[in-house]
Amino acid sequence: MDYIIMIAAMGAVTFFPRWMPLFFLTRYNLSGWFVEWLELLPASILAAILIPALVTSGEPRCLDMFRPEMWVAIPTFIFALATRSLGGTVIVGMVLFWLVRTWII
Amino acid sequence: MFLMKPTTQPANAGRKLAQGAAAAWPICLGYLPIGLAFGVLAQKAGLTPFQIGLMSIFVFAGSSQFIAVSMLAAGASLMPIVMTTFMVNLRHLLMSSSLAALLGKESRLKLSLFAYGVTDESFAVNYTRLGNDAWDLDRSLVVNHTANLMWLISTVAGGYFGHLIPAHAFGIDYALTAMFICLLIFQMKNRIAVLTAVVAGILAVVLALVIPGNAYIVLASILAAWIGVMIKRAGR
Repeated sequence: MDYIIMIAAMGAVTFFPRWMPLFFLTRYNLSGWFVEWLELLPASILAAILIPALVTSGEPRCLDMFRPEMWVAIPTFIFALATRSLGGTVIVGMVLFWLVRTWII
Repeated sequence: MFLMKPTTQPANAGRKLAQGAAAAWPICLGYLPIGLAFGVLAQKAGLTPFQIGLMSIFVFAGSSQFIAVSMLAAGASLMPIVMTTFMVNLRHLLMSSSLAALLGKESRLKLSLFAYGVTDESFAVNYTRLGNDAWDLDRSLVVNHTANLMWLISTVAGGYFGHLIPAHAFGIDYALTAMFICLLIFQMKNRIAVLTAVVAGILAVVLALVIPGNAYIVLASILAAWIGVMIKRAGR
């Protein structure tokens, strides 16, 4: 029972930030700068999630530029830029990472 | 399931379902190893596969589920676990706001069902596609709930037999990173966007090095997007 209460509470605090903007913001005409900000937000979020994952490691985190994650990211990036294929990029990234992990490092 | 409910154009529903599922498969591929790993950890922390499945349904948030399970294993009580979950998932407030700017006056039931499935991955896939005329909330709903189903299946499977699978098989632990690389490229629509992403990346690395936890994602995103707007307006 305690477990149910815990996951229900976890679910509530997870759902609320996901739900509030979609439920309310879609009803208003947003002002110009706010829309511009929202348009730049996805690129910011993706970079902010991705880049630290490539160049930092450990807990507490340290700068670590030469990880296999970073090496593999370069050809994966080029492949994605050239093909613009999401599925293809995922496969190429996986295979390269697997090869690097298995044969090099 | 609610996804199968006949819509006003029943002939279209099947196609939307297929297109949504096709867009979701890279996410599913990425969720598989993470879900399995989560299942293994959760099982080691003393959760049954049934409890694991319940958590995946109620919470559906990878990183906070991992943290919750490690806190449970360490004997943490309810409030710290719930508070940590809230902090870890606060970034979705930003993602849902961006999605809201693309979605107009849709049915609030659909928007709520959609909100339940907003994750880093589904957000990025849907945001990229919602800019196109050929994409809509229905297809986005399918993306979210296909990913959710995959998460549920893989976490429960991990609880049963995840320990049998070698940890780094086939480089599958790189799937989500590769996906984010491609999704980031999709967002590079103009010079301001590229500049903003560079600023966000640098800020995020610096903040990640100085503050513990994942607050760096929210802080760096808010700041970088704001700097981007300033640069854009200054250039006019």
